Amino acid sequence: MKDHLGRPLVAVTGIGLVTPLAWGREANWAAIVAGKSGISRIRRFPVDKLRTIIAGTVELPEEAAGGPPVSSAIRVERMAAAAVEEALAQAALGEPGAFPGPLMVGMPPVEMEWPQRFELARQANGNGAYTAITQVATGRTDIYETFLFGGVGERLAARFGTRGAPIALTTACATGASAIQMAVEAIQRGESDAAIALGADGSVQPEAVIRFSLLSALTARNDDPEGASRPFEKSRDGFVMSEGAAALVLESLEHATARGATVLGIVSGCGERADSFHRTRSNPDGHAIIGAMRNAITDAGLAPTDIGYVNAHGTSTPENDRMETLGMRAVFGDAPPPISSNKSMLGHTLSAAGAIEAALSLLTIRDQVLPPTINHHEPDPAVTLDVVPNVARKVSGLKHVLSNSFGFGGQNVCLVVSAAP
Amino acid sequence: MTRQDVVITGIGLVSSLGEGADLHWSVLSQPGATPVLDETAFAPHAVHPLPPLSLDAQIPKKGDQRQMEPWQRLGTYAAGLAIDQAGARGLVSDMHLIVAAGGGERDVAVDEAVASAFCTLPPDEAGRALNDKLGTELRPTLFLAQLSNLLAGNISIVHGVTGSSRTFMGEEAAAADAVRIAAARLSEGRGGIALVGGAYASQRWDLVLLYGAGNALWRGPFAPISARDGSGGFVGGALGAFLVLETAEHAAARGAKPLAKLAGVATDAVHERAGSSSATAAALWQKLGAPETGLGVLSGMTGVAEARVEEEAFLAGVKATAVRRTGSLLGHGIEATFPANVALGALALSRGGFYPAMDPADIGDGPVERILITGFGQWRGEALALLERVA
Repeated sequence: MKDHLGRPLVAVTGIGLVTPLAWGREANWAAIVAGKSGISRIRRFPVDKLRTIIAGTVELPEEAAGGPPVSSAIRVERMAAAAVEEALAQAALGEPGAFPGPLMVGMPPVEMEWPQRFELARQANGNGAYTAITQVATGRTDIYETFLFGGVGERLAARFGTRGAPIALTTACATGASAIQMAVEAIQRGESDAAIALGADGSVQPEAVIRFSLLSALTARNDDPEGASRPFEKSRDGFVMSEGAAALVLESLEHATARGATVLGIVSGCGERADSFHRTRSNPDGHAIIGAMRNAITDAGLAPTDIGYVNAHGTSTPENDRMETLGMRAVFGDAPPPISSNKSMLGHTLSAAGAIEAALSLLTIRDQVLPPTINHHEPDPAVTLDVVPNVARKVSGLKHVLSNSFGFGGQNVCLVVSAAP
Repeated sequence: MTRQDVVITGIGLVSSLGEGADLHWSVLSQPGATPVLDETAFAPHAVHPLPPLSLDAQIPKKGDQRQMEPWQRLGTYAAGLAIDQAGARGLVSDMHLIVAAGGGERDVAVDEAVASAFCTLPPDEAGRALNDKLGTELRPTLFLAQLSNLLAGNISIVHGVTGSSRTFMGEEAAAADAVRIAAARLSEGRGGIALVGGAYASQRWDLVLLYGAGNALWRGPFAPISARDGSGGFVGGALGAFLVLETAEHAAARGAKPLAKLAGVATDAVHERAGSSSATAAALWQKLGAPETGLGVLSGMTGVAEARVEEEAFLAGVKATAVRRTGSLLGHGIEATFPANVALGALALSRGGFYPAMDPADIGDGPVERILITGFGQWRGEALALLERVA
């Protein structure tokens, strides 16, 4: 019940998933194992004049029925709520509306978007100046509540009755992994027997797409949406923005065992290391991502040879996949384990990615199936790794998976998830 | 698990009053300090503006300065001050970092031009025009200046802090939890030294818009917090505040003199707008031991009426020697206020004194041996920290 450092082992007893492929854990997993792409042409808003017009999107039921698109803040909250509902249903922990532990929310920064700005400007007789829209916005508590950073976490905490102050956090593309790490630490330090960790992102809106595009981070392979995300492949040229949410119910193994819960796996190690090199690039020596990977393996009390598979950060940018290859060879030497990228199918779900990929890593161990890296047609000679190309692979004896998350701003987090002991 | 004591060995403080520990002590330890205000630029809302900063002193590369807007510069600057005061420049590679962050600046000119030009177009047409305009007008680097986690990113890049990096979001409560978790991680042996704090650049229309929408801003001529009647409101104050925390053992081993001991931090969140916060805070205070002798209070009261009523009810039950409402002189700096008040508390304990009244309602007089820092925010989340004098 304790790990090699005498800390409580932290079990996962519930998993919830929402991605462009499906609402729900098992439907997502089936699509992932089948190598299905969730990327399509953006239909949410006009795409004229955009360099990139493809993304992975999750529509809410009222949007699918023809309603206007909601803001990112609302999309994040709704997907997160669905993922938590599903995870709680599986874990069967706590009474409805009374979860016995804290909530860690990995999410993107949210802010007022253009539909709200246009609406305020219309109310100000067509004057979009801040002086004018501030005046007409006074008392619009709906805007305030929706776009405060603490709003999403507050409403989710109230809905699920989690304990203490919810903590919302961002570490860019590592956010979801950071949220899990926060929850694991809370249980390890005895702050609580249980916690909910989630990562969610719903940023496919015009300004965010344009901003990422201006950073030259996105692929513009618009003619072939399903083939656009091709991590580790020679012709990869950027990531595909995407959306989704994953939630994990975590509890000490002792707590889970005592109540007879089904243990889906263990989060056995967390490692992090920040980079000081550049705002959007890793240090070419790779020390920060190598450090994060090694720290996670060490934290789990394991050696690199114990890791049977790596769930890649694998964004499909030339830079990331080259650096991740470097990191893999540095950590694992001449015989690295297989590595594949869920982002080849899901695109890059940004703040959700670390949580979604941790969830899929647990399912990988459960079913002993390595999900594929799809769109792998022409290998990159610089990527000397087994990327599980195109087709899922049945394995046996897989016990430990390393899940990598590397973020803009140099924030790197790696998790080790393990089979139930 | 053995818990280790956590001490504060460095503070980095920038406010409308100026920068640095010495300046804040010399201004605030004397009676008669007056707030620095700009009551016209964001009328009908007053703000406490940023002081002039010699950025080169903390952000030596012009290229780094250009990659940031005022919010990230302020935070990066204050973080550097804290590292300097702690004498910890040589320890940054293993220093852990938690930043409490809001969003960064927007391009106000583009926002205004686009909103005016396209607001009355049919949605599809507005969407096409928006794509065209934003794609050509937005500066690529502005995205990085806007991203919340890039304050932490810039602190890593400029100061070399790379032990770990996390950014909490969620206004006042995020800052209190940042301090709580940074301290808890050190206490349980996850590293020996950490940097934690936040920044608030008060002179921003996008923030006036957001907080004004919630009726959270004070309107009209400046008044100290206790004199803001009606629904009250906060006056935004430029504030950058970072703390260097260390285990007592880590500080002693390198001969660093602690400013104060961080005896405890406790937070909670009641999901109600009014009626329960004071009781919740009272329970947190019991968790911190509720000491009654030589107790000073540095209140983070914002001026928003409901939270003020709750906090006054809580303070009425605390046996304090003296209570100070720092917001009446510094304004409210959202994510920066809690760490700023912890910094002011550590400063007072290290100088062996306390502060004279900052607000007409401030009562009692020092000396104090321990200081309670409160944070009730605009209404969401209750947070307390207890500092003690180091023997």
